[in-house]
Amino acid sequence: MKEPEIEDVKKLLKDALPAAQGVELQRDLWPAMLRRLDQRTFRVPWWDWALLAALAGALCLLPGIIPALLYQL
Amino acid sequence: MELLERFAAGDVDAFESLFRQHQGEVYRWIVLIVRNSAAAEDLTVETFWRMHRAHARFDPAKGNCGAWLRRIATNVAIDHLRQARHEVPLPDDLPATAQQPLGEQLAMRREISRAISELSPRVRAVVLLALVEEEPYERIAKALGISESAVKVRVFRGVRFLRKTLSQAGVHP
Repeated sequence: MKEPEIEDVKKLLKDALPAAQGVELQRDLWPAMLRRLDQRTFRVPWWDWALLAALAGALCLLPGIIPALLYQL
Repeated sequence: MELLERFAAGDVDAFESLFRQHQGEVYRWIVLIVRNSAAAEDLTVETFWRMHRAHARFDPAKGNCGAWLRRIATNVAIDHLRQARHEVPLPDDLPATAQQPLGEQLAMRREISRAISELSPRVRAVVLLALVEEEPYERIAKALGISESAVKVRVFRGVRFLRKTLSQAGVHP
């Protein structure tokens, strides 16, 4: 692709879209940041849930492994 | 202890100082990509949230907090584009030219907006930054964590797609 073809598209885009340069932040976002920090909750990753589900499934299907697991504990 | 070292050690006061120093800069960068001021505010907070979570991985010796933040902000903005594939906002004031009546201009701008929203988020971000906002390729490359030649490839890809899509819609660059 040639440079003039890029320039043509550039001109078209610049004519059609509002320039976002020069847009300034209108308010302090620190209070919103503090709220976000306060919302911090303990989250269990999805793979831990998957592991737990697999373990529960194994215990239901093969109850014979329960004594073996208890022995290991 | 320096501000960046204190931040890396998990000091919340240091984090607040960095937040206040960089929030405007991060917001302005995100607006260039998402072109929506309300969304940009939320994404600015999300950027600093990710920064806060990653404080232990920050190396104060490298010292370039601004560049690190711009990179996180770019990823946050691209994630947003991926989730919300809305059209690029149009300007409210559309001056009519002698050559084109206002209705035609509106239709053309709507087609351009639609074509841009069909670009993949990564290409769209590069096209907006490079062609609309005329950000230097080097700055875009650093923000995206790619080479300058990869930026050029994305610009070419975006321009080729836009030319094709707009030609099909009857808009000829």
